[in-house]
Amino acid sequence: MAAEPAKVDPMHQFTIEPLFGSANWELAGYNIAFTNSALWMVISAVVLWVFMLGGMRRQLVPGRWQMAVESFTGFIDDMLLANVGPAGRKYVPYIFTLFMFILFANMLGLMPLGVVGVHPFTFTSHFTVTGVLAVLSFSIVLIVGFAKHGLHFFSLFLPHGTPWWMAPIIAPIELISFMVRPFSLGLRLFVAMMAGHVLLEVLSSFVISGGNAGIGYGIFIGIPSMALMVGICALEILVAGIQAYVFALLTSLYINDAENLH
Amino acid sequence: MEPEAAKLLGAGLAAIGAGLASIGVGNVFAKFLEGALRNPGAADAQQGRLFIGFAGAELLGLLAFVVAALLIFQ
Repeated sequence: MAAEPAKVDPMHQFTIEPLFGSANWELAGYNIAFTNSALWMVISAVVLWVFMLGGMRRQLVPGRWQMAVESFTGFIDDMLLANVGPAGRKYVPYIFTLFMFILFANMLGLMPLGVVGVHPFTFTSHFTVTGVLAVLSFSIVLIVGFAKHGLHFFSLFLPHGTPWWMAPIIAPIELISFMVRPFSLGLRLFVAMMAGHVLLEVLSSFVISGGNAGIGYGIFIGIPSMALMVGICALEILVAGIQAYVFALLTSLYINDAENLH
Repeated sequence: MEPEAAKLLGAGLAAIGAGLASIGVGNVFAKFLEGALRNPGAADAQQGRLFIGFAGAELLGLLAFVVAALLIFQ
């Protein structure tokens, strides 16, 4: 988009910049600059680490913090038990890490740190990041599926009870729907986060240009946009939670396919 | 029509997809609530399926956004 410099550019917030003069770091010919994306990954990992350490004191009568951590672990544990069954217990660490990392990333990206001049970068709004997470989940499904069932894993593409004359139609459809999974998994998270942030930025540009255009515009455009922004912020917090949950839920469903083979 | 104008029109038309997906998401939650109020005992166990349905309906709306973004930025 040809954004004039005077206007608010809603895509500027997704710019990846190298930090601390690391723009020229190279490893085997590839640039490995420490970007703001990497910085916020580190920050969310550290915040997650502190959150978990504070709640892992294993007191017999848990305090509030421990209850918070235990309710998260219990939530993921229940989800895997319901979707995969007893065999799903061994995936709790992976799904829990995935869920909490995405949740903290989404939440940290929504923090109103712009007030103090820090730009919170939502790295889940980049397909490179969510795509890698999705490929990670997908490769776990493939590895578990082939290790456990061998070539019998391909029967995933032909559900039980399919009439024989339907097989040539069903199998390609199932194959495509299987191969599309990592894309849909990564795309959903990335687009949901990006769309929400663009929406907030566009609404804020309404407030700014409305206020600049005069007192009448400020009252009739700026104030309703501001009110809408507050509402959308609440919605974004909901979306941040739901997207993390959906990512974890779909990963556990896909693992169920590999583990139990319908 | 200029290609640039056609691109922007297409991006605008993609917003219809977002609107239709909102109908889908609304349907998912409405039907869940309908069923949950009839049989509240069974509602909690079906929450996972609720979110699978939600994720499926939502993805198609988000794809409309992707189409719009591709048309504008490419």
